[in-house]
Amino acid sequence: MADKAILTGTYFMNGDYACCEGALAAGCRFFAGYPITPATEIAERMSRRLAELDGIFIQMEDELASMAAILGASWGGVKAMTSTSGPGFSLMMENIGLGICTETPCVVCNVQRAGPSTGLPTLVGQGDMMQARWGSHGHYEIIALAPSSPQEMFDFTVRAFNLSEQYRTPVIIMADEVVGHMTERVVIPRKEEIEVVARRKPDVPPGDYLPYRPDKDGIAPMANCGDGYRIHITGLTHNERGYPGMDAETQGQMVNRLIQKIAGNRDKIEQTNTMYLDDAEIVVVAYGISARSAKYAVYEARAGGIRAGLIKLDTVWPFPETLIRDIAVRVRALIMPEINAGQMVLELERCAGGACPVHLVSHLGGSVIHPDAILDAIENAGRSKVMKNKKPPVGRASRLSHKRRR
Amino acid sequence: MKANRKNREKLPPHPMDSLLRSERLPHIWCPGCGIGTVFGSIMAAIQKSGYNLDKIAVVSGIGCTARMAGYIRLDSFHTTHGRAIPFATGLKLAKPETKVLVISGDGDLLAIGGNHFIHAARRNIDITVICVNNLTYGMTGGQSAPSTPFGARTTTSITGCPEEPFNFCYLASACGAVYVARWTSLHIRRLTNSITEAMQKRGFSFIEILTPCPTSFGRRNKTGNALETLKFYHERTVSRNDIDPKEAPVDFGSKIVVGKFVDMERPTFMDNYQYMCKNQVGNRPALGETITPERQVT
Repeated sequence: MADKAILTGTYFMNGDYACCEGALAAGCRFFAGYPITPATEIAERMSRRLAELDGIFIQMEDELASMAAILGASWGGVKAMTSTSGPGFSLMMENIGLGICTETPCVVCNVQRAGPSTGLPTLVGQGDMMQARWGSHGHYEIIALAPSSPQEMFDFTVRAFNLSEQYRTPVIIMADEVVGHMTERVVIPRKEEIEVVARRKPDVPPGDYLPYRPDKDGIAPMANCGDGYRIHITGLTHNERGYPGMDAETQGQMVNRLIQKIAGNRDKIEQTNTMYLDDAEIVVVAYGISARSAKYAVYEARAGGIRAGLIKLDTVWPFPETLIRDIAVRVRALIMPEINAGQMVLELERCAGGACPVHLVSHLGGSVIHPDAILDAIENAGRSKVMKNKKPPVGRASRLSHKRRR
Repeated sequence: MKANRKNREKLPPHPMDSLLRSERLPHIWCPGCGIGTVFGSIMAAIQKSGYNLDKIAVVSGIGCTARMAGYIRLDSFHTTHGRAIPFATGLKLAKPETKVLVISGDGDLLAIGGNHFIHAARRNIDITVICVNNLTYGMTGGQSAPSTPFGARTTTSITGCPEEPFNFCYLASACGAVYVARWTSLHIRRLTNSITEAMQKRGFSFIEILTPCPTSFGRRNKTGNALETLKFYHERTVSRNDIDPKEAPVDFGSKIVVGKFVDMERPTFMDNYQYMCKNQVGNRPALGETITPERQVT
């Protein structure tokens, strides 16, 4: 009998549903959530699918509770996720912080809509990118993926679970309304073709176990509740034993480790998808749905004789610093389209470090970026007299309006 | 303190040692605080309950009471302010064989966590919630809480609290809790029995315990020091089992009713969830149709 959890086959499926199937294929058996457009379809499908799979679906009273519940479920030894959009994502920040501090594997899918506040509930935005990075208080590192198609909603959700289990941290899927609601071909591979990672469990007797003593790779093995280790888990600054330590030294050690376990494994976490980089003079760096517009614009530019290239960010956090640094010194300009007033472009500027101009193609939300707007930016950058090695303007990237060609 | 540690090593083992993370002592609670007494009762109840200690988890939020999770040698989770109940909900549903105790204060469970409290009781999540009610926010220095008596002085109501407090037991009962009781930290024997009883219940059980907070509440009000508060409780409390908790207010002006108010059976969230999962999609029940989920065999 076929595995009911992995619906191997080819489907015409929307991104939200594909996210569910990715989660189930990765072994997710607990979902706690709260209805919110445009992520509701994830909760709806999970409620039906988890019932079939003897998993648990619970619709909580709000997103604060949803996030807390998936942390609890994760400590119960079950892979868990929630999904939401902007307003709910704001509420989840509190317990995303608890998840980071207590090193709890779980997945949060944010199907972004345009904000601030209630904003445009049914229309696309990419305005939560910095919130994903810095939204919870305190200093930490985060892993976030940005799918640009229903197929990637499946693939990246599987990867999000694997990363969360491997690095013991909440992983965020930064989808958006268009990717969530778009219906496209989705191929669900066979079970043996899907790599699934499980958290590493301690192999020492309970008396010797320290819940936060890392192995060589910087990650501590995780004992679940009920495994007999009698763990104490707290959101307070804690030592290797998990006990609170109210001093600067413990704080320094803990935060440093939380940062290093991700920053130190950047090369394994970061994933980009590039096009025409070898000879590119103008490189578009894009993520999520805007990467689809960017791809079209790059094809058009190439057809028009401009040597354009594309870096599609599959992982947005951690940001691929090394790749951007390497590229920035050998191109004429970097361009980033995003559906906000400029968030990831700040990272792009930082990593470019003044080696080349960085241009933003901004759209404030409500629709996707038209490829023509990106093409305009590519053409303008191509015409620009700014030469390599000449000191570019310091500070904010020059902004391009998103005027469309008629 | 070193001397104290040395002395402790010479002492015979404490009967609760197996349940204490004694390496974490001394604890943070003030002299006269009632939390220690409640902690003792909880540990005694756990010992009495006969549960496999590896299968009991304690979840707490933030506050003085919530620190209990850090001193008990069980799987213990000290979570965010107000979120102990939803965390416990996830834990319990993911690992149904675990007995989950939520131990936290009145502000944590019923102010910032009030919404989670009422919904967990409504769903009948199979957890035991122990609320230590010291009438104030102790850890932050004594601000008014949803339990602060009308007119009481706190640091945020220095001329008197202008709000009426909740009757937690009435609230829990109205939301569907299957076991509801109130005691004070003076009623050690009955409290311990009550916790043991609550732990045997399937469903959302709730125990409120009135305790003195001499440092943050008592010294600004007439209850005074811990001994005076306990004397006050001794004089003012009346025990009334099985009465409607609506008729059992915490009225400092006349009497404080303690006792076991609710003890009933009702299918848990898990019972109902598993029943509904087996149901056929498209089978539209008439509203009001009575269904009786099979009891989960444990």
